[in-house]
Amino acid sequence: MSTIFGIPAPALYGQILIGLINGSFYALLSLGLAVIFGLLRVINFAHGAQYMLGAFAAYLLLNYAGIGYWPALILAPLIVGAVAVVIERTMLSRLYSIDPLYGLLLTFGLALIFEGMFRYWFGAAGKPYAPPAQLSGGINLGFMFLPIYRGWVVVASLVICIGTWLLIEKTRLGAYLRAATENATLVQAFGVNVPRLLTLTYGLGAGLAALAGVLAAPIYQVSPLMGSNLIIIVFAVVVVGGMGSILGAIVTGYVLGVLEGLTKVFYPEASSIVIFVIMAIVLLVRPAGLFGREE
Amino acid sequence: MTEAPLLEVRGLNAWYGESHVLHGVDLDIREGETVTLLGRNGAGKTTTLRAIMGILRRREGVIRLRGQDLLNLPLHRVAQSGLGYVPEERGIFASLNVAENLMLPPAVADNGMSVDEIYRLFPNLYERRTSQGTKLSGGEQQMLAIARILRTGARVLLLDEPTEGLAPVIVQRIGDVLVELKERGMTILLVEQNFRFARKVADRFYLMEDGRMVNSFPGHQLDANMDQLHEVLGV
Repeated sequence: MSTIFGIPAPALYGQILIGLINGSFYALLSLGLAVIFGLLRVINFAHGAQYMLGAFAAYLLLNYAGIGYWPALILAPLIVGAVAVVIERTMLSRLYSIDPLYGLLLTFGLALIFEGMFRYWFGAAGKPYAPPAQLSGGINLGFMFLPIYRGWVVVASLVICIGTWLLIEKTRLGAYLRAATENATLVQAFGVNVPRLLTLTYGLGAGLAALAGVLAAPIYQVSPLMGSNLIIIVFAVVVVGGMGSILGAIVTGYVLGVLEGLTKVFYPEASSIVIFVIMAIVLLVRPAGLFGREE
Repeated sequence: MTEAPLLEVRGLNAWYGESHVLHGVDLDIREGETVTLLGRNGAGKTTTLRAIMGILRRREGVIRLRGQDLLNLPLHRVAQSGLGYVPEERGIFASLNVAENLMLPPAVADNGMSVDEIYRLFPNLYERRTSQGTKLSGGEQQMLAIARILRTGARVLLLDEPTEGLAPVIVQRIGDVLVELKERGMTILLVEQNFRFARKVADRFYLMEDGRMVNSFPGHQLDANMDQLHEVLGV
């Protein structure tokens, strides 16, 4: 068997793939967090819960309504996005004029409530969710065996990230969003309905988290705590990429995912802390993050 | 003086937090007029613009545009009623390029200047349309701040100290632009400390001190009021 730096090649490729998969979820989730933080200045602690809600929406649609994976990929983000819109309109929007800490506390409280509710209803154990028939099985790439669903997740998340980036950088709506991130009052004085833009942005961020949840359902199991396990790492990714930086969130998500995978091969003992070590170093050297702007 | 004013401000009071900053400000602008607010730093000129625009929310009194009450409109509805705001700090967005900055404010009427017309009026902006907005010189940023309002079809331009910190040749250029806008029938409320610049374009002057209107007179009486101007402006 061939080896690279003394490591069997299939093990190395396998960990890189796992890193890419994890990185896909880091990127999708930190992207939504970055969009929300950029415009609303809210650190959305409910993001992990919204990811979990997306996975549960897919699970419930399948088991109670017979609606499968492909429609769930559209429906779950819409449902979770709609819930987020209601939360923003009725609660979060009242907190913008006071200390940002209150937005953090509210979303943290909401996360606990959602996770508690789902734990009460479904228990803490994971529920299986089968990948769609079209994406089950795997292919032999010659150097490694690739489960088709995992390849699909990497490709789909890349497409979603690039699509979101294009939406923000290249469209009129994105220009409103970028401008309002800099100076919301002036953009509103120009006649843009900024309160509605804030609502839509929160809905979009939560929808992205839910979409990641649906993609994750067949890989990790659907469980009430799947979000809180992930969200701490995702916050580290956002800090490394730079708070509010869209491109930073995407690139850092994938890079840190792969670095974490590689650490599992070369020095497994460090694999669960490597991202936080990188975060600490980045905070020391570049407090605004790798892609962040100093304010 | 019998013609109804386009923009009418009556007894406007405004507060920054607890501090009462405008005291019963009255102001009229008729269609097509250019009116200049003069006053020292801190006299309340910028505050008056911000209160009219609705950026400063704590206010009382009457603000009407074409008879429509503006005081109770949410901020984004004020622009849609036809007021265009060019802030003192110009408000060019760093995360948008020049063309995106220009296209940012939504059109409020369909008789705004076309982008071609704007680039003809401001050729520099065309040359630098793909540059980051804040990479422009101060003068170019000012032109861009004015140009993006012209595109929207706003009927009344609220212009806050457009010449501040700019070289004389640029000030001259901005003066030419204002004259051209006047000829096109634009109504302009100009805040200015430089009354030598303002006299070239202003039909009427208002003089502010300590958040109050202390005098108003037509443009041709500027010289007759020079003594008071020197006293109030401290020049």
